[in-house]
Amino acid sequence: MSETVLNMRNLRVTYPKLSSKVDVVRNCSLQVGQGEILGLVGESGSGKSMTAMSCLGLVPKPGRISGEIEVGGQQIVGRSESQLSEFRGGLSAMIFQNPMTALNPFLNISDQMADAIVSSRPLSRSEAMSESLAALHAVYIPNAEACLAKYPHQLSGGQLQRVMIAMAIACKPRLLIADEPTTALDVTIQAQVLLLIRELASEMKLAVLFITHDLSVVASICDRVAVMYAGEIIESGPVADVFKAPAHPYTRKLFSTVPTLGSKNKQLEYIPGQVPDMSNLPAGCAFQSRCDVAMDQCRDSAPNLSASGPGHLAACHLVASHEDMN
Amino acid sequence: MDTMLSATNLVKNFETSAGVVKAVNDVSFDLQSRHTLALVGESGCGKSTIASAILRLTDIDAGVVKFGGDNVALMNMNHLQEYRRNVSIVFQNPYSSLNPKMRIREIVGEPLRVCYGLKGKELVDRVEKHLLEVGIRAEHINRFPHQFSGGQRQRIAIARALALEPKILILDEPTAALDVSVQAQILNLFQDLKQRLGLSYLFISHNLATVEYIADRVMVMYLGKIVEQGPVKAIFENPAHPYTRALLDSVPSLDPANRHQLKALHGELPDPTNLPDGCAFYSRCNRAQDRCKTSSPDLLTMGRDHAAACFYPITLEIDT
Amino acid sequence: MSTSLPSVANRSLRIEKFRFFLSSNVLFVFGAVIFSLIIVLAIFAPYLAPYDPVKINFSEKLVAPGLTHLMGTDELGRDILSRVIYGARTSLVIGITVLILSISVGVPIGLVAGYFGGRIDTILMRVSDVFLAFPPLLLPIAITAALGAGLFNAMMALAISWFPWYARIMRSSVLAIRKELYIDAARAMGVGHGRIMIRHALPNASTPAIVQASMDFGYTILAAASLSFIGIGARPPTIEWGLMVALSRSKFLDFWWTAAFPGFAIFVTVLAVNLLGDGIRDLLDPKHGDLS
Repeated sequence: MSETVLNMRNLRVTYPKLSSKVDVVRNCSLQVGQGEILGLVGESGSGKSMTAMSCLGLVPKPGRISGEIEVGGQQIVGRSESQLSEFRGGLSAMIFQNPMTALNPFLNISDQMADAIVSSRPLSRSEAMSESLAALHAVYIPNAEACLAKYPHQLSGGQLQRVMIAMAIACKPRLLIADEPTTALDVTIQAQVLLLIRELASEMKLAVLFITHDLSVVASICDRVAVMYAGEIIESGPVADVFKAPAHPYTRKLFSTVPTLGSKNKQLEYIPGQVPDMSNLPAGCAFQSRCDVAMDQCRDSAPNLSASGPGHLAACHLVASHEDMN
Repeated sequence: MDTMLSATNLVKNFETSAGVVKAVNDVSFDLQSRHTLALVGESGCGKSTIASAILRLTDIDAGVVKFGGDNVALMNMNHLQEYRRNVSIVFQNPYSSLNPKMRIREIVGEPLRVCYGLKGKELVDRVEKHLLEVGIRAEHINRFPHQFSGGQRQRIAIARALALEPKILILDEPTAALDVSVQAQILNLFQDLKQRLGLSYLFISHNLATVEYIADRVMVMYLGKIVEQGPVKAIFENPAHPYTRALLDSVPSLDPANRHQLKALHGELPDPTNLPDGCAFYSRCNRAQDRCKTSSPDLLTMGRDHAAACFYPITLEIDT
Repeated sequence: MSTSLPSVANRSLRIEKFRFFLSSNVLFVFGAVIFSLIIVLAIFAPYLAPYDPVKINFSEKLVAPGLTHLMGTDELGRDILSRVIYGARTSLVIGITVLILSISVGVPIGLVAGYFGGRIDTILMRVSDVFLAFPPLLLPIAITAALGAGLFNAMMALAISWFPWYARIMRSSVLAIRKELYIDAARAMGVGHGRIMIRHALPNASTPAIVQASMDFGYTILAAASLSFIGIGARPPTIEWGLMVALSRSKFLDFWWTAAFPGFAIFVTVLAVNLLGDGIRDLLDPKHGDLS
């Protein structure tokens, strides 16, 4: 059993709104072990990015985090900014969707990588340089020395994303958080980056929290998956199980809304209605207004996570009733 | 089956500080009535430039675009207005394609106002009719775009494109910016509208699964050239060009059991200002031979209505 | 949208939003209140001023502030309070006139330059750069030397030195929105350039210019007062605060009220307008407050 690197319990992220407040992440719990890739799936507004940012204490103000987040044994919630910046880079690192905006256009790659490395470990500039080269090699950048001298605008989207991954792993983190790293990339480059992340996770024994809205990306590199809806995790489990037999009605519907290669005549479904307003959530299940199997119970009380299989949880009253029966 | 729109030998070059980029390099296609032709390719393949060229938003350097047999570049103002009534576009980003300071009544009404001079009640009635066609209720007509969700905004953009009752719709990555659960709604809407209104689509996308779902014919582009074209079934089931095969192999499967089938195409796009002689795909092709280095293949027939620009297509046995 | 609140709930939500807005933008509210008072003074000057501001009365000259004359009188016996009140009219007119002149020249230049780019952009911006090169007070001095002194000439001079800023601001915000797809969509529909500029570009690119104008309002008043102070700009019998301070130059050491009150009026007005301007900037900045 691999050691747990990220342990998140009951995470809540709250934002003030007018004279009251809104929870954009409500009671999220998840774990990621060494060498494991956990896919965090959700649509816009589900809270997945906030959940990821919380792991690094990067929730934009005036958001407030409560709950417990432990990375490599260190507590994240409640730490001061200076303590957190020690963790960032060395303990956990993050890569973002748009590498062009995540990198400083005025500094060359060498300077940016050296800055990142030196801020997490006390190395000399020349030691940092050789670490940078090693990292660039690890992400298969051809001609790494030349790359170091370049500026972000001189590199392509795929190369920039690799550089960002190199920067992240150069600090030898235990946890890598990838926030939609391939969404903005062309499909052939996406395949390259996905395979790279998969390789790095297993070679470096990295724990990876991979955020995406694309279920097929999850299928191709993730070991486990957690599905978020309206700020909560509504289903989680091993990818093989969840994909074979999705338990939550939302997850099931998601699968049938996605066109896939080789299924031209599949009737595409859609989920009627919209994501609920987070400041005005109904009592009971957040998904009930759009669910085709909603029962009276769903309107009255919010379901807890119940087991639909070994290690496979879903927050649904229907699942809970089946679990009771078994 | 008549040809609504045809493009012949289109060429468009862009001058950049690094050199000349051949964004569109000898592209020809026909769009038939009530047909969906998909243009597939990754960034830099030239597909968006083709859309601009068809709408005459940019001038082409060579080649001809014909609508109903008439050369678009030679049209006078009146004829061009009429052409623009017949060809509309829906853009990728519904957050950027609607003017945030205009109410949707004005947004959808603008083409009617500008082209037909409609006003007042007549205008509002037409706007409501088109909004209804895409499933937006008339009572929301005075709202602003930010009061709608992404999917609804895209539908408003579609209503605007339909306002002049065009025959051809250019769809430039219309679902790329939308959530997964909404994409299906929009795709189904497109199918429905095509049936009801007898439209033809030029569907530009890099999402192969969506293309397979919606298109009748597919053109695969790479660095400004068409590398393969044919009916969607042939392209997806029997791709001939190695790039098409690589594209298909790069698409992650929804079935986790197939995850090891994910194959990445190695290498990067060559510098577009400094394209090598010979086949543009040579540097990344696993079937390349000496001949490919020096001469560039034209589109060669592979089968019925199926062509690929390759000397050693996948359907041919070679030693790799 | 999918949920539509009943109208009563909608109204109380709006009231709550308004109250919240007031409490988080105290300075803006302060500036707005003061500025409104100044507008009231300006409009209702004839009813609010206790005395005729131009009536000369040597028997009452240089009277210290007291019950009969709350702000005292000047060397010609004129009530300073009444003159300060009437001076508000002049200042507001100056602010509005200079801004209208600068904006109506600068904004179209920037709009056209930013929209078309290329040669047109270069020519228009270089022309306006010529005016930018003049030091702010030098141009008015030169113009009044050429055309004669007077408030109107001074205002024109200020507008001429100011419009290039609006051209630049407008140009850069038009450049930013030119890449927006709704501009392309309009062109694809066959909408003409003129309509696109006015209907699409202008409303979306005008925020920085509006913010600048709200902040410039204070500066124009200050600038006009400065010009009057040095002798160009407003001349007697125009009632203008800067002029009042200028006329009191020789006397204010012994008769402090002749300079203090008009000076204070300038200070309060410019402060209020600047606070208002800051508030408008914050409001219109989409990242700061959300009024939606």
